[in-house]
Amino acid sequence: MITLSGINKTFRVTKRQAGFAHAVKALFSREYEVIKALSDVNFTVGDGEMVGYIGPNGAGKSTTIKIMCGILTPDSGVCDINGRTPWRDRVAHVAQIGVVFGQRSQLWWDVPVVDSLELIRDIYKTDEATYRRNLDELTQLLDLGEILKTPARSLSLGQRMRCEIAASLIHSPRILFLDEPTIGLDAVSKIAVRQFIKRLNAQHGTTVILTTHDMQDIEALTQRILLIGKGRILLDGSLEELKKRSSERKTLVVKYSGSPPPLVTGMAISGEKDGRLVLELDPAIVRVNEGIAHLAAHCELQDVSVSDITAEEMVAALYKEYQI
Amino acid sequence: MRAYFSLLRIRFINGLQYRAAALAGISTQFAWGFMEILAFSAFYRANPDAFPMEFSQLVQYIWLQQAFLGVIVPWSWGGNITETIVNGNIAYELVRPMNLYNRWYFESLANRLANAAMRCLPILAVAFLLPAPFRMNLPANLGGLGLFAVSLTLTVLVVSAYVILDYISVFYTMSRYNAIFSVAADFLAGGYIPLSFFPATLRRILELSPFGAMQNLPLRIFNGEIAGSDAMWGIALQVFWLIVMVLLGKLLMKHSLKRVVAQGG
Repeated sequence: MITLSGINKTFRVTKRQAGFAHAVKALFSREYEVIKALSDVNFTVGDGEMVGYIGPNGAGKSTTIKIMCGILTPDSGVCDINGRTPWRDRVAHVAQIGVVFGQRSQLWWDVPVVDSLELIRDIYKTDEATYRRNLDELTQLLDLGEILKTPARSLSLGQRMRCEIAASLIHSPRILFLDEPTIGLDAVSKIAVRQFIKRLNAQHGTTVILTTHDMQDIEALTQRILLIGKGRILLDGSLEELKKRSSERKTLVVKYSGSPPPLVTGMAISGEKDGRLVLELDPAIVRVNEGIAHLAAHCELQDVSVSDITAEEMVAALYKEYQI
Repeated sequence: MRAYFSLLRIRFINGLQYRAAALAGISTQFAWGFMEILAFSAFYRANPDAFPMEFSQLVQYIWLQQAFLGVIVPWSWGGNITETIVNGNIAYELVRPMNLYNRWYFESLANRLANAAMRCLPILAVAFLLPAPFRMNLPANLGGLGLFAVSLTLTVLVVSAYVILDYISVFYTMSRYNAIFSVAADFLAGGYIPLSFFPATLRRILELSPFGAMQNLPLRIFNGEIAGSDAMWGIALQVFWLIVMVLLGKLLMKHSLKRVVAQGG
């Protein structure tokens, strides 16, 4: 059980204008800007839940994760994870969690991956039987096999990320924090990683909190979404709920020849792409088939495609709505 | 304890991989040792009475220093500990159920041992085989060897604790090149010129300072300059400084972790 209430965190960042004169001036007097990274963050995550934590860059996602991992101390507020305050009880707390920072590496660069894993086993005091069992399972599910014997420096990004995830699970953590676990991965690796996380959650009941910019991650993995912007939690709900909320609008991409077609109410031009007209259609006003029939009657249609709003667009709309 | 031993092991494995670097290091140290000895021999020829130690003692000092350079220098081998602070990878070290001070201490120690393991023997072997004035000799009084071993071990522990203070300063400066710490310490510990060559007052102050508790003591015990109760007194001072620096390091670490900011996203 994870409970955050009233968490605030500010950072002090030095600022100066470009140029030599300002650099010299900064030697004597520094100007600071106080950035409010988190303000009054509240949420609760139950055991075995899988939560997608989304928001634009700089919204405070990583800061929240770092507070929950015990790395950062917030200015004020309460955070209780399985009865412990992460930053007060850091060592006891982190023994129970696993973390993947997608942009960093926990593997030793120059030694084979398996040496890193053995070190992690010893750090967490994982007994040999559990280690063997977890390693076998991870090797199989993440298709590690031969790459365990390779130094981390010679691995591709996708291979390395699979090893990073394995490294975070060696000690059977109850909670797994994934900070952008699919960043930079190709489609195949992304799918492999997602499937694995899903399975982990289903079979071991591991609580998973995931931050990402990849909406497919969210769609594939999580039922619940937390949206954060400018340090505040803006939305907390299920993906379905959010999709419903952000209208049922359809997108029509139309290719035509001749003069552009006139529109009926309920349709609006949202842009043009490679000589194709992109239209927004509100099915509450005009039905999709009527809209297409209208277009076909008034111009020479060559191609038309209809699509639902994607999670990505939904999030973009949410960002816009909340002006973050 | 297993975790620390395991860290020692992986650091050691990691260190052993850089064979070419070790080879280059060995030749650099030979060149350096020779140059130093040749320079001193020119001075000795001018006036042998003007020096606080025999030429043979100086040769012992220099070769021993070069052989054990890996374990006694007051800077760190492989700067990736400070790099983790600057680039934010420290985030991963903080999510481990380990005391960070102890972890760094062991890693630093392991780096030293790995480094010295590869360089020590070849340098000693050659130094013992060189022609007469440049040859390294065992101490005249073999009883000194035991004291030397104890003092060398303590030196390694003291410099490791000193280096961690340097690491912790990176939390505040966010610069991984705090050269002043290591260069000053190297000079004040007798890394360039033995402390015996320093002006008397300065020498006495330094001998009481943490720097005197570094390489100065074991090297001068080996060459017979310091013996008996003086050596025992020196070793006691080493223990004292070791305790002070470890406690200070732990205290500062606690303070700096409260204000830690994992850099870069």
